[in-house]
Amino acid sequence: MINLKSFMARQDVLALLILAALLFVVMPMSMDIFRLNLIGKYLTYAFVAIGLVLCWGKGGILSLGQGVFFGLGGYCMAMYLKLESSTPEATAIQSTPGIPDFMDWNQITELPWFWEPFNSLTFTLVAILVVPALFAFIIGAAMFKRRVGGVYFAIITQAIAAILTILIIGQQGYTGGVNGITDLRTLKGWDIRSDDAKYVLYFLNGALLLGVLVLCQFVLKSKLGRLLVALRDKEDRVRFSGYDVANFKIFVFCFAAVLSAIGGAMFTLQVGFMSPSFVGIVPSIEMVIFCAVGGRLSIFGAVYGTLLVNWAKTTFSETFPELWLFGLGALFIAVVLVFPNGLSGLYRSYLAPHVDRWIFRKPPEGGSSGADPLDTPAFEPEPAARPAE
Amino acid sequence: MFADYTWTELGSIFAMQGFAGLILFSVFVLMALGLAIIFGQMGVINMAHGEFMILGAYVTYLCSNFVEAFVPALFGVYFFFAMILAFFTAGALGALVEWSMIRHLYRRPLDTLLATWGLSLILQQAYRSIFGAREVGVTLPDWLLGSVPLTDIIEIPINGIFVMVLTLVIAVSVYFLMFRSRTGMQSRAVVQNRVMAGAVGINTEKVDRMTFALGCGIAGVAGSAFTMIGSTGPTAGQLYIVDTFLIVVFGGAASLLGTIASSFAISQAQSTMEFFLSGSMAKVLTLLTVVGILMLRPEGLFSAKIRR
Repeated sequence: MINLKSFMARQDVLALLILAALLFVVMPMSMDIFRLNLIGKYLTYAFVAIGLVLCWGKGGILSLGQGVFFGLGGYCMAMYLKLESSTPEATAIQSTPGIPDFMDWNQITELPWFWEPFNSLTFTLVAILVVPALFAFIIGAAMFKRRVGGVYFAIITQAIAAILTILIIGQQGYTGGVNGITDLRTLKGWDIRSDDAKYVLYFLNGALLLGVLVLCQFVLKSKLGRLLVALRDKEDRVRFSGYDVANFKIFVFCFAAVLSAIGGAMFTLQVGFMSPSFVGIVPSIEMVIFCAVGGRLSIFGAVYGTLLVNWAKTTFSETFPELWLFGLGALFIAVVLVFPNGLSGLYRSYLAPHVDRWIFRKPPEGGSSGADPLDTPAFEPEPAARPAE
Repeated sequence: MFADYTWTELGSIFAMQGFAGLILFSVFVLMALGLAIIFGQMGVINMAHGEFMILGAYVTYLCSNFVEAFVPALFGVYFFFAMILAFFTAGALGALVEWSMIRHLYRRPLDTLLATWGLSLILQQAYRSIFGAREVGVTLPDWLLGSVPLTDIIEIPINGIFVMVLTLVIAVSVYFLMFRSRTGMQSRAVVQNRVMAGAVGINTEKVDRMTFALGCGIAGVAGSAFTMIGSTGPTAGQLYIVDTFLIVVFGGAASLLGTIASSFAISQAQSTMEFFLSGSMAKVLTLLTVVGILMLRPEGLFSAKIRR
């Protein structure tokens, strides 16, 4: 039995409770199902942002290809749903009934082999977790074992995101092309487009998110979490202490990939389609900004950052579409130059001391305000992130 | 895929695609040279590099319109003024960006990446607001139109030749500037050891700004050359940025020669495959090969032989 206190301080329990109350009580009470569904969609990005906190904020590995894993998870789910809605009866007007409509449009006459297993829900659910993990493992093992890191890793993951997008768009007959996989209706006969289903999916998504947060908290408070921070700050010293640095990096990269994939699968379920516009370079780097705005060191911050940026995006791009890109660009610059620790950094330095005093009756500590000393960002010169000689 | 063609046909196809590849190669080299200076030498990731290139393209477009309307007599040679103007405009913007943003971030390369991405979004939207979302093209003077017939089936467009000559001239000048001049020596010294360079009396801040501005200026010239073979839109720069970064990394980040070699390899591979496969598959295969090779040989083609 794990002792609760050992991995969740009182502040963290409070943060979790506040988030739970916000997601499960405040939001459903104050919004109609359309807006709630939108929030649900934003929250699926939060899975990616939480993964990035572990990977980038704590581990110092910036991946610009998280959209790849989000997309893999989303496409796995979408393939299953598409097959279910493409029964021979429903697609009787096609020249080949029983295959997804976009395949028929592209003169494909039988289901490709890699679509076959997605007839099974069990396989699909396993694939959502395993496919991205495997893919991340291959990338991670190839790069980290050769001590490629930092900037190079970012550029190569970005290139992979670009490659996958071009591939999906190019192979229209197998992937649905630029439109993606659309017109998803039922899950095991359960209509996912009804309002009831949207409520259920929203709560399922919220519960998964909280579960993931607890899991991440556990990872961060374990020895692994401490090692991650250590190898972000002084990788060589961790290596000299006898740890195999590459394995820890591979693990955290795969973990973040799996989280992204869960987000992607939930996205497909709630929004009802999946397309390459959630895979490529632009969405991947936007997911990094969600994480950066929330605070790259705080998993709770990442959730709030995602909600805030997406809410701003929806509001501004509805009313002033021209201003939004200026705003987003300025946000990128500001979050780097002005407040590198994001919302959670602002909270820690301005609000946390008061909260500690009023709720936990803790005397304010000199400046550090109860923050975990590990959470101070390391903006020392990064060890030259060059490949091994 | 080769079976359907005879040997002579294959020869002509390779020659023609090879030439098309050379034009792509010129664009890649021009973009990658600027980036090789900024990223390879300074270690700064400039995601807005494509937008600096597009700035050069728009400057050329404005010049072309201006000359056509007011001094039509000079229309034949406007391109040379436009290129110089593009160089200085992009360079000036680069110096401004370095002063306001980049110099605070030299120690945080990953953060530079995010900040310059933000800059690229702002520039894109600015172009869209000023020039409109539609692509614009320049009118070429008469002497650049037409083509030279080489054999019966192979023809070479003149503007392509011009762009290639231009690339050669710029590549040679960059080489002299970086490796044979005092400025270049100073900037390489600052890159190798900032503290020691400062100690021997080099004004490192000034050198940083100049180097960054030079890289951006070359991007501006690249944009200027780009207008001759394609039209310019607000987001055209973003299409090339990933390729360009891959080229620089693939070539070995610190090596200008490597940058040129890898531009050549990538552009030729892509252009030759494009004839036999669809354009998107050619690009996927090329990029996948590059990423694959980089995973096996992370230091790129030409690695710097220095101890770190």
